[in-house]
Order: sequence, then structure tokens, then C-alpha cells
Amino acid sequence: MTRTLVVVGNGMVGHRLVQALRDRDTEHGWRVVVVAEEGRPAYDRVALSSYVDTWEPTALSLPGAEFTEDGAVELRLGDPVTSIDRAARTVTTAAGHVQSYDALVLATGSYPFVPPVPGHDLPGCFVYRTIDDLDAIRAAAERARSRRHAGRLAGMVVGGGLLGLEAANALRGMGLSPQIVEMAPRLMPIQVDDGGGGLLRRLVEKLGLTVHVGASTDSITADDDRLLAKLSNGVELDLDVVVFSAGVRPRDNLARESDLAVGPRGGIVVDDGCRTSDEHVYAIGECANLDGRVYGLVAPGYAMAEVVADRLLGGSAVFPGADTSTKLKLLGVDVASFGDAHATAEGALEVVLNDPVAGSYSKVVVSDDASTLLGGVLVGDVANYDTLRALTGEKLPAEAVQLIMPAGSESAGIGVGSLPNSAQICTCNAVTKGTLIEAITSGAATTVPALKACTNAGTGCGSCVNTLKQLLSTCGVEQSKAICEHFPQSRAELFEVVQITGIRTFTELIAKHGSGRGCDLCKPAVASILASLESGHILDGEQATLQDTNDHFLANLQRNGTYSVIPRIPGGEITPEKLLAIAEVARDFGLYTKITGAQRIDMFGATVEQLPLIWRRLVDAGFESGHAYGKALRTVKSCVGTTWCRYGVQDSVSLAVELELRYRGLRSPHKLKSAVSGCARECAEARGKDFGVIATEQGWNLYVGGNGGFRPRHADLLVSDVDTETLIRLIDRFLMFYIRTADRLQRTATWIEAMDGGLDHLREVIVDDSLGICAELEAAMAAHVANYSDEWRGVLEDPDKLARFTSFVNAPGTPDPMVSFREERGQRVPVLIGVPEVASR
Amino acid sequence: MTMMQETGLTVVCAYDRLQPERGVAALLPNGEQAAVFRTHDGELYAIGNIDPFSGAAVLSRGIVGDRSGVPVVASPIYKQAFDLRTGMCLDDPSVSVRVYEVRQVDGMVWVGSP
Repeated sequence: MTRTLVVVGNGMVGHRLVQALRDRDTEHGWRVVVVAEEGRPAYDRVALSSYVDTWEPTALSLPGAEFTEDGAVELRLGDPVTSIDRAARTVTTAAGHVQSYDALVLATGSYPFVPPVPGHDLPGCFVYRTIDDLDAIRAAAERARSRRHAGRLAGMVVGGGLLGLEAANALRGMGLSPQIVEMAPRLMPIQVDDGGGGLLRRLVEKLGLTVHVGASTDSITADDDRLLAKLSNGVELDLDVVVFSAGVRPRDNLARESDLAVGPRGGIVVDDGCRTSDEHVYAIGECANLDGRVYGLVAPGYAMAEVVADRLLGGSAVFPGADTSTKLKLLGVDVASFGDAHATAEGALEVVLNDPVAGSYSKVVVSDDASTLLGGVLVGDVANYDTLRALTGEKLPAEAVQLIMPAGSESAGIGVGSLPNSAQICTCNAVTKGTLIEAITSGAATTVPALKACTNAGTGCGSCVNTLKQLLSTCGVEQSKAICEHFPQSRAELFEVVQITGIRTFTELIAKHGSGRGCDLCKPAVASILASLESGHILDGEQATLQDTNDHFLANLQRNGTYSVIPRIPGGEITPEKLLAIAEVARDFGLYTKITGAQRIDMFGATVEQLPLIWRRLVDAGFESGHAYGKALRTVKSCVGTTWCRYGVQDSVSLAVELELRYRGLRSPHKLKSAVSGCARECAEARGKDFGVIATEQGWNLYVGGNGGFRPRHADLLVSDVDTETLIRLIDRFLMFYIRTADRLQRTATWIEAMDGGLDHLREVIVDDSLGICAELEAAMAAHVANYSDEWRGVLEDPDKLARFTSFVNAPGTPDPMVSFREERGQRVPVLIGVPEVASR
Repeated sequence: MTMMQETGLTVVCAYDRLQPERGVAALLPNGEQAAVFRTHDGELYAIGNIDPFSGAAVLSRGIVGDRSGVPVVASPIYKQAFDLRTGMCLDDPSVSVRVYEVRQVDGMVWVGSP
């Protein structure tokens, strides 16, 4: 049986309730009727002030707020509920509609408090709560502007809290001079203390706002077509607009009129399940009074919405309590407060660091014995906020004053190392320091990306990423540039060792400069270095044992133990005859084919013993290895350029082919991708590549350090309008410098980011030759180009190497019984016979 | 396949066919697959070839080395290291692959169930 839920109010919290209920009500137990006063569907009221940037209401839209696809939700907007009949379980709207309910949720929010100042209701006086309010303020400002031709328009904001400062900024955005009047002795009296308020005031005044604190408004009177306000401090203000933002009050009148319990200072009294004194009626958000508190923040409102959704579906969720810590940027000023910011606990002590010169104010509140952190206020510099909030309620790890020393100062003692294990480092995903330490010390994560992947920390707002780095460093992880337990050197250092000593075998290198027998980290790294410094085949002698399976079999290992094969198709240009050759190979060996994102064709499902047979056919048809398996140059993608395109300005295909043939087979710390676009329309997506070239009327622009993948990044412009010869010389230098100095598996983007001096330094080295190494880099590339040979052909021509391509050493030719296929959309795909016995990763 | 009657071992290849620190796969008479390794010091090891994390028969194609002195092979699929002596996965000690007996007799390598 479907019951009816009536939700009164369609603000952010009411909307969240409907969403949460609809997400979970899979049995269709509830039909939902939303009755609301505002005429538009729920919108992002927290971001209301950003409305003045665009004056576009849809910019504040909440996704799915219209429920147009959901037959179980009915929105009745613009017709407020005027009464509740609890005995009959019905509500009546202003238009006279009567709606019955099985459960009723009041999410009526709050209303702006307007102090009873004489003249508060004159034309030109507004509140700051809805999109309609802002439209009205804007219309009044426009009218005033049209009446006056000289002088600036002026607006008064009554209330210097969070919302008042936002309103003042909105007025500023409309071209009015804002005057803020705050009764308390400081701005933002709820969040900050006198010291923080004083600094905030100075910072705000620098922006052209006028602040009157400790003052109230005595009267507002009409003065021709303007308004005149008299303040309690004797100041008189000529004004065009007045905005009241002196706090909000819970909108509990419906509850009062229907005899539901309300708090002494307002708010509909609810229990921890958000139920009012009537078991069929709930209240959530800013109209609710829970444990004697009314919350004016959206997060606790959302938590209440979740509780009620759960209760309506038979659950027993309770309100988990609310973190009222805030950190925000107001008018460009960072402000944060957390915990017992006003030292209300008995005997609480305040430790303050006030630096008006640097523009920062920090205060921590500690227990009477100075042992426990209770709360604090930060203005201007909020760098310590995340750590301090994590530490709130915990034992102090250092002297209190050290907690608020600016970062970088010598005595700054609050390293993350001093936090207790229970402290939450990532508050978005509730990850504690203990969990992170566990992940680091167990070896599961030794980098920030790995830490993010295995704990989820830092994947929300990202503000704790620096703390993650510090944690790694306290655990002794980050400092080490060692490749692995066998080599203390970084890859760049090892490259130099190999280059200078002339050592050319792994066994000699590890004996003289490392320890043990190596592993899957250092062996491929050394193999790559050796490949960069000499020109033999990568499977020659001992080198073969260093290669990762992909390099060892010159193909890409897939999940069922078979490999995929990608021949080189330079620049993505291919003749019909060659396309036919690929098609015939794929058909004859039963390979699954797919077009790759790099303008090539991938053939999947080849077994080890099939690989040389496949290469033989491909090599005979004029193909060579595409190095899709290697940490090497993959492809140089291109658009068709001037040859065909009406818009092209250079021949992008010819350049792409030239570049791909020049750098094919080049081994590097990680894979290398490139592209050439024939005009600024960038159809080849060159800026998503390690080195990308975009044609200009005058020549070529070279971009470096782009990539797609896990963390996409656009490449940065290195040089513009260079000719082809200069372009190739610069790419030669760029690639060789990267190959010699990057870390293992470091793409060009992170290599440049990690470089001291970044892109500017890179430009100095490879364009201006500041280190005097460019001739050597060019010579190294010339040697690579001269010595290139196809790796597939190298295997086909060497019986010893060919002998390794067998399924079983004692039964060559017997296929691996674990490999099996089924058909999908006309092609063969793997059947996993060997279902994994255990979950991986 | 040649079998040693009394031990149940199977000859898989000549010792010299094994490149140090590079494995080969061997098919046993009962249909099982062994990954056979010769380490840098000449020692022979044989463990199950099927990677328990992926179900693919690939351990013979992993990189051989050591972890803190323990001889290991790293699965080429997801890189977990397996102790060549015991078959235990060092990254997840609850997981292991079986170990086969392996012997060198007259220059030939024999593998079988212990």
C-alpha cells in the first residue's frame, strides 16, 4: 500500500529529503507531495551570492530538482501551506487546496530577522534570502541609477555576520558603495572573536567597504527618492538601498498554530529521530530545534534529511551530531573557526597570535590545564586549519603557541607527526591518521596517489593532500628517491652511473652500486637505461631477464595470459593494402580487433607461440613493431592537415609521420605520446600529449607536458612559430633531457612539475642551453635515430630468441589449456577459466 | 613424457635451456602447469604457474629477483611477489601457490609432485 508523504518547503534540505527517500524507496512505499512557497524548484541557496555574477537562476539549479521523470513526486510550488489539521492529517494551502498525509515533514527553513527599526518597511528596504530578493535589490539599484547621473550609489547592510558580508559584496558587485552596520563590537561575531574581527575589518575596509561596529540603526526615513538612515553612533547615511541580514529565525509558525512543541527561542522541537511531538510529523533543517539547538548550516540539515528518509522506510537512524566548524573565503579573506571558538568551557585558556603586518590572526582555545585543544579562530592565514580541526578534542602534541606558528617558521611545531592516530586527516571521507599510517607502513602506499587510491583520503575536497605528503615524509617514505630496496639511487642518478662508468650489465651494476638480485621495479628501470645508452636488441643476453613481460614478449599481456599486437601505423596513415593485410592476419589467427585511441589497430588474443607467426606475416606486409608494449614512444597522432582539410595551415600528417619514424623505439622512463594538429582547431588533441605540435600560419607551436589518463593535464606552450628544423631540434633535446633526468614511471607532466623552476627552467635548459648540454642531447638522439631497428624482425632473425616463444618448454605447440574464448558481437573474447581464487588489488 | 617411475617426476628440459632469472612453463602429466626457475646462484625452483589473483597461467613469465634476500617471482599481471621456496605470496600471506619438487639429474631438469 502506498502512503503519502507531504513535505512542506522545497529548500535545499527539503529537496535532499525527497531525493534520499526516492533513492532508497525501492518498494514504492511512498508517494511524495512537495508544497512550497517559492515558485521555483529547490536551488543552491548556499551559493546565492554567486547569483550576482551571472543573474542566471539556472546557474544555481540543483540537479534533478524538478523530478520531471519521477511519477512518484509531485511539486506544488508557489502555493504555501497555511494550516495543518493534525487530527484529520491534512494540510491546507493559501489557494485553498487540502492535501491529506500519512507523514508530514516540515522543512520550512528560516526567515530573515528584520529589527523593528522605524522605516524598515519603506520601499528600498530588502532582505537577503531568495533569488527573488536579489532580483528586487537589483531592480531598485537600476531604478536609482536611472534617476541619478552623478555620484556613487550607496547601500546599507544591517548585520555584519557571514550573510551580511556576502550581501555587502553583492551590493559592491552591483556598483553600490556598501556600508555595513553591526551591533556587536566586531564583524562575524558568531564565528570569530574580537581580535579576528578586528583583522577582518581592516582587510574588508581595504576593499572599499565601510564598517560601523557597535552601532545599531535608530531610524530609516524617506528623503526625496532616497533613504536616510540614522545610526546610534550619530552617523547619518544617504542611501539608495537597505538590506537586512541581521540573522535568521526558524520558520515555526505552522507548528505553533497547530500546537506542536516549539523551543523557548523558537524552532520546532524534535527528538534525535527528527520527530516532533506528533508521531506523524517530522521537522528538519533550520526550522527544527534538536537538543535545544537550531542549526543554521546546510550540513546538519542534510544529516537530518537522511535520518528522516531512513525513519520513513522503517529504519532507526538518529542525528549523528554536527560539526559546525567553518572555513570560508569572504571577499577574498580566509576565515575559519572550529570547536569552542569563544572559550565557553570553564577555565578555558586562549592563546593568540596576532600579526597585523602579515594580515593574520590565529587563536587556539585549550583546556584549563593547557593539555587539550578545544577550538580556535583563524583569520587571514588558515593553513593550519585542517590539522587543528583534526586535533580538536585531542591532547596537545606541542605547546599551544606552536600550534599557530605560521608555516615555515622555525618554531612551527605542529607537524602532522604529533597528531594522535585517531585524528581525522581527511574529513570528507573520515580517514584517520591511523588508517593512513597503516597503509604507508604496510607498504601498500608509498606515494600520495597510492595513498589516495587505497584509503580514499584526499579524494574529496583535496585540502588534506599536503598533510598526506607530510605523513609520508614522517614515515620516512617520501625522502627516499631510491628506486627500490636494491638501489639507493634515483633513476636519474643511476642513469648517470651507467653513463659515466660504462657498466653495461645488470649483474655488474647491482654488484658495484646496489645490493641483492633486483626486482620488478629496478630491473625494468635498468633495462630502460641500458636501452637508452646502447643500441643492441632489448632481448640480447642478460637484458632479456630484466624486461617486464610486455617487453619480453614484445606484446601487451592481457588478463587471460594472452597478448595483444599493435603494428606501427605512423601518423595514423595507412593504405588499403596494409589494412587488408592486418585484416587477414586477424582473421587467420582469430584475433579480436579494435581501433585504439592512438589511430592504430590492436589485435587481441594471441598466445605466446602465435606471436612470431603473426609478426612474420605483418613484417612481410611491410609493418614493424608499434612499441605499444614498451615504456617508449607510442604514436604521433595527426589530423589530415592542409592536404585535405579546408582549414589546415600546415601539413600535419607529413610532420607526424616524420616525428614518429624519428623517435620510434625510443625507450623512456614512461610511455611517450605525441600528436600534430594542422591548425588551431586542434583535432589531433596535441595538448593532451607529452609533446604536441600545433600548426600556425608562421610555423609550429610546441607544447610539452600534457597527458590524459588518471590525472589529465594540458601541455604548456614551450615555443611558438618555429620552423620544422628548429622544432625537431627542440624535441630531440626535450626527449633526451627527460630520458636522462626523470624518475621511474614519471610522465613528462610530473617531471616538469617536480623540476626546480618548472617550465621556465626547462625552457632555459633546452631552448637557451643554460647548462651547455644541448649538443650532447642532440648527439644522443642522432645515435638513436641511426641505430634504430625493428624489434620484431630482430626476434624473427634470431633462432635463440625465437625459441623462447613457446607455451610449454616440454610440450611446445600444446596450447595453454587455461586460454579459452567465446564469441561476442562476432569476435572472440576471453572466457576466464581460471577464475581468480582471491580478489586482487 | 618421460617419467621417473619411483618418484613421479617428469623431465621438462635440459638445465642449460633455463636462462638464469627467467622462468619457463612446464606441462605435467596430470594437466597441471609448473613455473620452473633457475636463479642466479644456479638453484632450481618450481611453483604453480597459475596466478591466483588473475586465474591466468603466467607466473613463469614474471620478473625474478629477491625481496630482502628471499628469492621471488613477481606476477606479471598485478605484480604480487611469490616466494619461490614456499609459494607464499609476500604481499598477501593468506594466498599461496603450490610448490613442486625439482631436481637436476644428468643435466636434465625433473619436476613433479612432492
